[in-house]
Amino acid sequence: MTGTTRVRQLTRQFAADRPPVLDRLDLDIAPGEFVALLGASGSGKTTLLRTLAGLDPAPAGTVEIPQPASVVFQQPLLLPWKSVWQNVALGQHGADSRPRAEAALREVGLAHRLDAWPGTLSGGEAQRAALARALVREPALLLLDEPFAALDALTRLRMHELIIDLWSRHRPATLLVTHDVDEAVALADRLLVLEHGRITLDLPNPQPRPRDRAHPGFAALRERLLNQLGVHQHAA
Amino acid sequence: MSHSLATAPALAPRVRRRSVPFTWAVPFRRVVSPLVLLLVWQAVSSAGLLSPRTLASPLQIVAAGWDLALSGDLALNVAVSLARVAAGLVIGVTIGGALAILAGLSRVGEDIIDAPMQMLRTLPFLALVPLFILWLGIGETPKIALVALGAAFPIYLNLFSGIRGVDPKLVEMGRTFGLDRAGLIRHVILPGALPAALTGLRFSLGVAWLSLVVAEQINAHSGIGYMINDARDFLRTDIIMVGLVLYALLGLAVDTIVRVFERRLLAWRPSLVRA
Repeated sequence: MTGTTRVRQLTRQFAADRPPVLDRLDLDIAPGEFVALLGASGSGKTTLLRTLAGLDPAPAGTVEIPQPASVVFQQPLLLPWKSVWQNVALGQHGADSRPRAEAALREVGLAHRLDAWPGTLSGGEAQRAALARALVREPALLLLDEPFAALDALTRLRMHELIIDLWSRHRPATLLVTHDVDEAVALADRLLVLEHGRITLDLPNPQPRPRDRAHPGFAALRERLLNQLGVHQHAA
Repeated sequence: MSHSLATAPALAPRVRRRSVPFTWAVPFRRVVSPLVLLLVWQAVSSAGLLSPRTLASPLQIVAAGWDLALSGDLALNVAVSLARVAAGLVIGVTIGGALAILAGLSRVGEDIIDAPMQMLRTLPFLALVPLFILWLGIGETPKIALVALGAAFPIYLNLFSGIRGVDPKLVEMGRTFGLDRAGLIRHVILPGALPAALTGLRFSLGVAWLSLVVAEQINAHSGIGYMINDARDFLRTDIIMVGLVLYALLGLAVDTIVRVFERRLLAWRPSLVRA
């Protein structure tokens, strides 16, 4: 089926004497699905995302990615020598690249910073520009590599709202890599836990949107994921 | 507050200087001590304590400069010197820049180019003057070649390290957004190396002037260096001083031009954006 992300038996091993980072991993992401991938550091989640983004080769196994796919990284990674709109239009050709970049920036609420230098943006603004850069190519697969980890708590909550708003309008298949369990439960429809290079938990998240973090179902999911990640909470 | 300004180090960010309200007191004080030195120099000369054969007085230097300007010698010699520096710089910066790009962008290029460049750069290039005379004679060629050789190294070293210093994450980002190798070089690597390249260019300019001074001692028939050598034969310290002042002013002028370029090309730098 076109538009589906299919990963089969993906294995990556950096050194022969060390366990593989990804171990015969299988993963399907349906079009329009919002998936969160949780894992402790070293679990291989970054390697998986890099493979899906085409940054790392997939020497063993098959990887089928719907095109175009775009990435939002942990850091904004804007080119400081290009204005904000030029950053969003990077790699885009055609006469309409500027109006399309401007439209994407308007969508993320940066209409007033079109011609600004990235060096003058706040952390949240820069990450929103990076989001606009990912959205402007209307991706079939949107890869989010801990994109909110470097933001302060309030900005992060606003970014959560923005990303859900954008996702429900454009409906790209989305893979959010994160180590923040709350974030995963608040955003995704499906929750995955990656351990030792394999997916060890694959849970649907039936919570209705908009999500209430105080809802008991929310807490239950959170508990389940934390347990799977090996974090045992004491009852309050 | 103004006291701390006057003693602020030269590298203090411009931003801070600008935020202080402007008063004439600071520039005035900075001008006072050079002026006093000039007055003392003039007084010592006028009193006959300093022979013009040793050092001409400031007024004599100004008069000599005026005479040279009126006769047209000044403009001619400055033009000849400028032309030598310009030709040498264009050749040297082009070669140094091209080698840096080749070495910076490919491992093979680095292996072939960088080792000999690093070896050559440890050689004081002015020591090559005798060889240059043997190879190229005593006309314009060895002079321009010397300027070119001197100017090639700073731009090479700075641009090479600038290219290698570009954040690999930015390159990776460019790749995921569909830039091919040419696109990466054009949009990511070269703009990222530009600040270092401009620093290299300024060093190249400095070395170019230095090379010119040495090169113009080689049997020159025109140029500021010729003017100085000629004046030496007639014990005209006033003309020698005019030549030295010209070297200083021209160096300063060229450096200012590069600074203006820097401000325009690097307008995106946060320190400049805020200023």
